[in-house]
Amino acid sequence: MALLQIAEPGQSAAPHQHKLAVGIDLGTTNSLVAAVRSGQAETLPDELGRHGLPSVVRYTEQGIETGYGAKAEAGADPENTIISVKRYLGRSLEDVQARYPQQPYQLSASDHGLPLFITRQGPQNAIQISAEVLRPLIKRAEATLGGELSGAVITVPAYFDDAQRQGTKDAAELLGVKVLRLLNEPTAASIAYGLDSGQEGIIAVYDLGGGTFDISILRLHQGVFEVLATGGDSALGGDDFDHLLAQYLAEQSGVAVETAKQRRLLMNEACRVKEALTDQESVVANLGDWQGEIGRETFDALIQPLVKRTLMACRRCLKDAGISADEVLQVVMVGGSTRVPTVRTQIGRYFGREPLTSIDPDRVVAIGAAIQADILVGNKPDSDMLLLDVLPLSLGLETMGGLTEKVIPRNTTIPVARAQEFTTYKDGQSAMAIHVVQGEREMVADCRSLARFELRGLPPMAAGTAVVRVTFQVDADGLLSVTAMEKTTGVQSSIEVKPAFGLSDNEITEMLKESMTHAKEDFAKRMLTEQRIEAGRVIESLSKALEQDGKTLLSDAEIQQLTDQMAALNTLCAGDDGQAIKDAIEALDKASGEFAALRMDLSIRRALSGRSIDNV
Amino acid sequence: MAMNYFELFGLPEGFQLDGSALASRYRELQRAVHPDNFASGSDRDRMMAMQKTAEVNDAFQTLKSPLSRAEYLLRLNGIELRGETATINDPLFLMQQMELREALEALASSNDPEQEAIALEQEFRSLDRTLMAQLESQLLQQQWEEAAVTVRKLKFVQKLEQELALLEEQWEL
Repeated sequence: MALLQIAEPGQSAAPHQHKLAVGIDLGTTNSLVAAVRSGQAETLPDELGRHGLPSVVRYTEQGIETGYGAKAEAGADPENTIISVKRYLGRSLEDVQARYPQQPYQLSASDHGLPLFITRQGPQNAIQISAEVLRPLIKRAEATLGGELSGAVITVPAYFDDAQRQGTKDAAELLGVKVLRLLNEPTAASIAYGLDSGQEGIIAVYDLGGGTFDISILRLHQGVFEVLATGGDSALGGDDFDHLLAQYLAEQSGVAVETAKQRRLLMNEACRVKEALTDQESVVANLGDWQGEIGRETFDALIQPLVKRTLMACRRCLKDAGISADEVLQVVMVGGSTRVPTVRTQIGRYFGREPLTSIDPDRVVAIGAAIQADILVGNKPDSDMLLLDVLPLSLGLETMGGLTEKVIPRNTTIPVARAQEFTTYKDGQSAMAIHVVQGEREMVADCRSLARFELRGLPPMAAGTAVVRVTFQVDADGLLSVTAMEKTTGVQSSIEVKPAFGLSDNEITEMLKESMTHAKEDFAKRMLTEQRIEAGRVIESLSKALEQDGKTLLSDAEIQQLTDQMAALNTLCAGDDGQAIKDAIEALDKASGEFAALRMDLSIRRALSGRSIDNV
Repeated sequence: MAMNYFELFGLPEGFQLDGSALASRYRELQRAVHPDNFASGSDRDRMMAMQKTAEVNDAFQTLKSPLSRAEYLLRLNGIELRGETATINDPLFLMQQMELREALEALASSNDPEQEAIALEQEFRSLDRTLMAQLESQLLQQQWEEAAVTVRKLKFVQKLEQELALLEEQWEL
């Protein structure tokens, strides 16, 4: 027992201000929220002690209901009860109708071709519905932790493409939640296990959830989680097991399945039978007047093609990572569908070792996300954990003849920026069409279309002389932005690209306004609050930076000028002119840009000199 | 102009490189500049961290693989191979290329494609090794033009290797 608390230089003995941050696992079938409390990451239960929240949203006469209540009514009110909305995020209506033809919803298309669910409360898109799944989790966290959240880490399947990631982030931002990071689910799970065991080496994470399958190979070395490769299928999961079993039950029983209600009852029974088969060798299924016994081998045979698909993906992923199966030190199982006995057995056999299941596979992702959130929000300044994630799917451009040209290959460590140059093919050509796609296939038609844009206003030049430089930038969340400029004349035709199946900034603003009318909040007030928060962040980080390196890098006059501008910004924050605060932030950003760049270079030199001292 | 990648990692400029020093310095640099360090910072700071990290990542990838490292060294010495349409005036090499390509295309109709794929893979690999050894000595002696020719040849060979891997992947499906 320490009698005296001794502070290290540069560290305060007094507990610094603890910020509230959570990890959220926004799942296809169930969602969870977790936080680090008293040094321990744990999922937060509701008032009835239940940790999971069914990702089910029901639009009733009175309002919106999420979770167990909504799930219970799903059979009775299928059109207004949205299940597995995650499958619709970032997808076009055409796409989801082809993938899931038998849905009980009334769907229509938005201007961008996004699916809209026609409910009692009017049309709702997947982002809005996802926000409704998040809402009670945020409320639960704020009630449990006793305060407003500073931010959240939200997990996504590693295999999610750009549009799906953007949709997830938009859903959180619709609620005014600051997204600290979109974290890949397998990476989150490996944090929970990796930090637990303290072992170093190669970790394989097999994540089979309700609607998605991911496999990731990571290397854990001195606190650095480096994703070597990732693969999977964003449309394969336990729900598909249910579908196969339901189809089998319908055939065996001969019971009519025509209405939405009958379909839902059939699905519910299939799901029940599947879950019961985890502990029992056989289960009696009931459908209307029909009864039949389903053995585990029958179920195993039904899902075998899907299990095999996951094994093929494991093999490809190992190959991409340049690792053989016997080099894998730990196999981590994530997702409720890994409870299926044949899945466990086959994965164990494939990797030649018993998979790890000591942390509840339903909670492990949220727990890992909470650990990361706690660090990102600044509660653990001494943590040496670092995550290096990769781009899950190649990014490319359409070239002549509908072919794709890869600009950034899959499994490239992110953040990443790459540029590609194009020339005009006609004299005096003033515009150029650019089509950004994501996927591994050679033909554009087989890849996901992310964005189309036209670069206009090119200077009139002879064919082949105008050079357009297109830069792809993928941030740590796996989100893409594309900018383009004409090189020879320096004409900047800079364009930010939003995903084709995402939302425009305008639509987001509209949705935000709409959600405000629901919540009876004032839109302008919220904007003001957001600007104040951002101003606070700017002032806090700049003050800290000046304190650390101001004297080394700047003259007294320069320091004085920045200090004065910060004071002015601070004064503005007391007022209620959101636009003025925004302008002052921009001015301060500009004034301190050079200083920030100098600090970045200084930190690089420090990192290297620290290394060479270590080597002595 | 971006920083010289060798300088960025504090490593001597040259084809021969201490791989473990590269990896450990990469981690140190990531720790210093990764946007996660700025998660609760201002938007501008996060943007800047992202760009710097992207540069570090790119530098690491460039230096890690011998072929891209050689290409980068040539760029530093005034020879730009990126985006060029490579032409090789070595009839013997071209002949060999054509034969190998024909062998690759004949795989599909072979009686024992797997066995032949393995044989072809070994042939590609030994050619790769020979060229790589040549490249190393050319770069060491600062014979940039000669090294550029070897890099072009290696690109041909690696393209063949990739096509073979792709073919094998398709068989598995």
